Amino acid sequence: MELNTYQQEAFNYQRPNIETFGKKNIFWSVFFLLWIIVGGYALYLQIAKGHIVTGMRDNVVWGLFIVNFIFFIGLSYAGAIIGGVLHLLKVPWGKPIVRLAQMMTLISVIVGPIFILLCVGRFDRLHHLFIYPRIQSPMTWDVMAVVTFFAGAVLFLYMALIKDFAVYRDAKMNIPAWKQKLYKILAIGYRGAASQKRHLLISQNLLAIIMIPLSIIVASILSWIFGMTLRPGWHSTIFGPYFVLGALYSGLGVLIVAMWVYRKMYKLGDYFTDTHFTYLGYGLLVLSAGYGYFTFSEYFTDWFGSAKWDNEVINKLFSMKAYGGWTLFANAAGILLPILIVAIPGTRKPGYISLAAFVMVIALWVKRYLIIVPTLETPALPMQDTRMEFVKYSATWPEWALTFAGIATFLLFFTIMSKFVTVVPVTGLEEYNFPHTPHHHAHEPVAEIKEELQKA
Amino acid sequence: MDEQSVKRKQSLITQTSAMKQDEAINDKSRREFLKTAALATAITAACGSLACSCSSKKEVIGKKVQLLSPDGEIVEIDSAYLNHHETMSVLAQHEQRIGIPGKKFVMVVDLARCKNARKCVSACQKHHYRPDDKEWLTVKLMQDSDKGAPYWFPKQCFHCDNPPCVKVCPVDATFKRQDGIVLIDNDRCIGCKFCMAACPYSTRVFNWDEPDMPVDIQHLEYNAETGVPAKVGTVEKCDFCPDRSREGLLPPCVEACPNGVFYFGDENEDTVTNGDETLSFTQLIKDRAGYRFLEELGTKPRVYYLPPKDRQFPVERGYDNLPDTLKARFKDVMEGVGKKS
Repeated sequence: MELNTYQQEAFNYQRPNIETFGKKNIFWSVFFLLWIIVGGYALYLQIAKGHIVTGMRDNVVWGLFIVNFIFFIGLSYAGAIIGGVLHLLKVPWGKPIVRLAQMMTLISVIVGPIFILLCVGRFDRLHHLFIYPRIQSPMTWDVMAVVTFFAGAVLFLYMALIKDFAVYRDAKMNIPAWKQKLYKILAIGYRGAASQKRHLLISQNLLAIIMIPLSIIVASILSWIFGMTLRPGWHSTIFGPYFVLGALYSGLGVLIVAMWVYRKMYKLGDYFTDTHFTYLGYGLLVLSAGYGYFTFSEYFTDWFGSAKWDNEVINKLFSMKAYGGWTLFANAAGILLPILIVAIPGTRKPGYISLAAFVMVIALWVKRYLIIVPTLETPALPMQDTRMEFVKYSATWPEWALTFAGIATFLLFFTIMSKFVTVVPVTGLEEYNFPHTPHHHAHEPVAEIKEELQKA
Repeated sequence: MDEQSVKRKQSLITQTSAMKQDEAINDKSRREFLKTAALATAITAACGSLACSCSSKKEVIGKKVQLLSPDGEIVEIDSAYLNHHETMSVLAQHEQRIGIPGKKFVMVVDLARCKNARKCVSACQKHHYRPDDKEWLTVKLMQDSDKGAPYWFPKQCFHCDNPPCVKVCPVDATFKRQDGIVLIDNDRCIGCKFCMAACPYSTRVFNWDEPDMPVDIQHLEYNAETGVPAKVGTVEKCDFCPDRSREGLLPPCVEACPNGVFYFGDENEDTVTNGDETLSFTQLIKDRAGYRFLEELGTKPRVYYLPPKDRQFPVERGYDNLPDTLKARFKDVMEGVGKKS
């Protein structure tokens, strides 16, 4: 594989990340593994004793697990849309961050479905989904959607990696033989011949074209698991687009946070530049405005119409005695905060934007909780049950342990993956992506925008 | 009970059992019939041996019974080793899914007669071997508006004609039969609980841990018509007791009610009975302004309610004598009444 000087430089810079694991990474990996072990114990309890160890009961049949499922799978859809759009539109500044988006897509489509499996009472009968499928169930649609999406996510990431694998293979790095062999296999004989380049590009274009609408479809299908029921707060025509936007929004937030972490950890400031944070920050601003609009539209319609059942949910969401505090947090931190941070020039800096994105991601997780639990706590008939755990959901420690185990798995995958591939794709880079080198004009587009902004 | 209604009830019963026989003769080949019979005996024998191993104190009476073993041999065992279960009719799985031909089961609940005697609840639990805290049939205390008077509202599965639960089941574990009944196949249910989320009437209950079942029941083959045995990690609910209908009997809740609240019957025959009186279904609905709960959801329930007009009991009759744990359920509504009056 022949590399131009920029690509060579990017590779040389990131090469040590692949060659050594690093003390910090070992520490974090062990830390994540410990969480996963705790989660494993919780899982053992759940399997041995049944779902009784969770806080879920006959009214609130789904809890933290499904919240996590929506959350992670949302990140995945966002990664595919962001990666696909950046690829198709050939956005020059997007090249260094495409890999991160694609990694997020794959990792979260692995972690997310684990949580839906945790909701299922009978692990041992999962094959029934395939031997007795019933096409009219939104759950079946979701199974098909997630499986298809998973295949797409693997291919999408892999296609983008082939060229890089060829680089790693040819670089004669100081790595174990098995790793060298792995790169050789994964590079599937790519030598950079014209026909290989053409085929790869066509495949990538096709995949990007498939993945964007696929993400929208699967995010909508996920929303329909709730939207297709007759329950207040769920049975809403806005739910499909609402989930698509929510997924994209929270995914962009996680991407920004991931960029910030890798920038610190591997000192990738030359690739994940301030401009990236600013541009993605603008994206965040637009999406938060959109998400805020959807949220307002949803609540306002229910509240103004004030049908009895709908209103019961709205009252719970806005009453300080029930979920009022959380609703306030979800909307203040999840919608207003990113808008303010990005809109004010003084805070439009990588650190602030990442912090806002991080808080927003948590707020959006809370928002998913507010979508699921209050509705389930509001059945049409009065519950009239003296067992409090049947009336009000409160997550138990095994649920929290498994939640944190899921987050730990997510982070562990990121850690390990960054030891196999360069976080910044080497082969896609061009002159434009090197604002730090003095011998070119890469500063210009940014400078131009700045000038324009100043004029305006 | 007047003569006519007795006759009508009897005809209902004989028709059901006649139907059952017809079915056995016409719908199945002889071979299949024998297979089922062999299975039935095998299971009964298995029950017998199980019961025997658990309670060895049983006295041998000396009365011998001939049984067909799974190998096709005729074996003779003492009748003391047999365990008798009224509800353990064994049906082929595909038959459980089809339903009783020609029937369209329907229920009418007369809210004017309910005083929360709770006999229906315990009869249901007994019939299905369910513990006290598992209520397939619950009695709610409803109050439609602030000024409205509270009334007792027994609620079981509505066996909707447009069932939201069946629509969402990903594996066809819950299904609608041609006799109108919605059942659950707990050998197939994966426990995703989507049906529970989809049911607007909170009808379904989940086995959050290993269900508490009598030992000899636990290991029987699952029968969707009885919901027995319960299985961990699966969903269950009221089944309209088609096993009883096959025998020409009424569901236990209907029989147990001291006030004749529940009328059960067949919409095709246009007949419903509460055990004491047998009436025309359409006439009853017409005369008493029968309605379906949350009709606006479009689920088309097969359970109709007669409004609580001219009630036979004051609402307190169902509250004052309750144990405290049950009282606590209805306290809010009852105390709300006190404040307003």
